[in-house]
Amino acid sequence: MPTVSMTVNGRKMSGECEERTLLVSFLRETLGLTGTHVGCDTSQCGACCVHVNGDSVKSCTLLAVQADGAEITTIEGVANGEELHAIQEAFRDNHGLQCGFCTPGMIMSALDLLKHNANPSETEIRHHLEGNLCRCTGYHNIVKSIQAAAVAMGGAS
Amino acid sequence: MYAFKYHKPSSIEDAAKVFSGADDARYLSGGHTLLPSMKLRLAGPSDIVDLSGIAGLKGIKVEADKVTIGAGTRHNDVALSAEVRAAIPALADLAGGIGDFQVRNRGTIGGSIANADPSADYPAAVVGLGATVHTNKRTIAGDDFFTGMFETALEDGEIVTAVSFPRPKRAAYMKFPNPASRYAVVGVMVAETASGMRVAVTGAAASVFRVAEMEQALASNFSPDAIAGVAVPADNLNSDIHAAADYRAHLVGVMAKRAVAKAAG
Ligand SMILES: Cc1cc2nc3c(=O)[nH]c(=O)nc-3n(C[C@H](O)[C@H](O)[C@H](O)COP(=O)(O)OP(=O)(O)OC[C@H]3O[C@@H](n4cnc5c(N)ncnc54)[C@H](O)[C@@H]3O)c2cc1C
Ligand code: FES
Ligand code: FES
Repeated sequence: MPTVSMTVNGRKMSGECEERTLLVSFLRETLGLTGTHVGCDTSQCGACCVHVNGDSVKSCTLLAVQADGAEITTIEGVANGEELHAIQEAFRDNHGLQCGFCTPGMIMSALDLLKHNANPSETEIRHHLEGNLCRCTGYHNIVKSIQAAAVAMGGAS
Repeated sequence: MYAFKYHKPSSIEDAAKVFSGADDARYLSGGHTLLPSMKLRLAGPSDIVDLSGIAGLKGIKVEADKVTIGAGTRHNDVALSAEVRAAIPALADLAGGIGDFQVRNRGTIGGSIANADPSADYPAAVVGLGATVHTNKRTIAGDDFFTGMFETALEDGEIVTAVSFPRPKRAAYMKFPNPASRYAVVGVMVAETASGMRVAVTGAAASVFRVAEMEQALASNFSPDAIAGVAVPADNLNSDIHAAADYRAHLVGVMAKRAVAKAAG
């Protein structure tokens, strides 16, 4: 079996896996980082969203071997130790989650939006979330959370 | 997913060699069509030849008369490129409407056209802008590239290396997206090019096609009204759970008019 090495949340990590192992399985099962979720088998729900070399991608639609040598950020790498990231605080304050299953993917996706567009409009946020499905909230509070995060992170006024 | 052998060659020559030496190999680019079908066990190649390690396949080159996009260039690289937006805004718009942001961060133009999904967006740009497809063996006119449902002019093992799009005088792409997948139920590229008017339709039939009657009407009067009377026959159009053939025929007219209005500015 090949050995795959990557920098995950700033730490060098490696492990053995089959060629057919998906990145999400490698993160969850080999590295034990279960914050990244699997919500579908059709690449549509976005629960598995992580950053690979700075870009948000669906880790269920990428082989672990394709990410060999990459820099990965998962939801576990967003907070600063015990201190939540502004976007995590914003989701808590705005009731942006109910069951929380979609939340890691929503946050990783939204962080990529805010990187490209520090002050997105409500419409831009809703379009950006095209690839993230939520069964609980009806999206409204997720959008509010991301707007609040943009303000807290200094982009919006 | 079935097991396979994984290869990551660093040159086109090596990729072609590994491919031809394997039992049942498939090239892997962004993986956003191939991996989902392998996960569902609809595909089970013996060998995967990952093209992402080949530096020469990536990148965008904007010249006075054309824009050339490497086969391994991601949809977001095209959608978010200020240079592409300035040269051919319709192409940046089309790429920016594919799937969702995460799909656009992985999926590539080479994979999209090699796959030739009847509902894919890029075929409308390749035919609608009169592009040329470059491969490791030859160049293929965009008009001759798509030959049927999931069928192209590519030979077994042939690698798409780039696509060049001549700059149109004006062009616009409009699609009616499937609300779940974002694939085109119907998408229409309208372009006034140096070699004449082009109207290319994706999503509606087995493969992308041009509408000659609309092209003629637009050549004498570039306005939505000019094509309002052109009916596209529903006979050979797709019918599925998303849309019946007659509805798709209707949508071709609506999307074409919207595209003309947008291109006319
Ligand atoms: C949720 C979701 C939504 C999507 N929505 C849309 C949409 O709205 N519109 C749309 O157009 N597409 C859509 N797609 C498809 C997406 O654009 C794919 O990325 C694209 O069709 C295939 O490109 P790829 O680079 O991922 O190719 P891959 O999946 O890597 O490959 C696809 C096929 O092309 C072959 N291939 C790849 N590169 C080459 C090459 N250089 N030369 C020869 N053969 C090659 C492969 O062997 C394979 O058979 C969607 C996909 C997903 C998962
Ligand atoms: S688990 Fe990756 S998109 Fe659903
Ligand atoms: S909070 Fe339950 S799926 Fe989004």
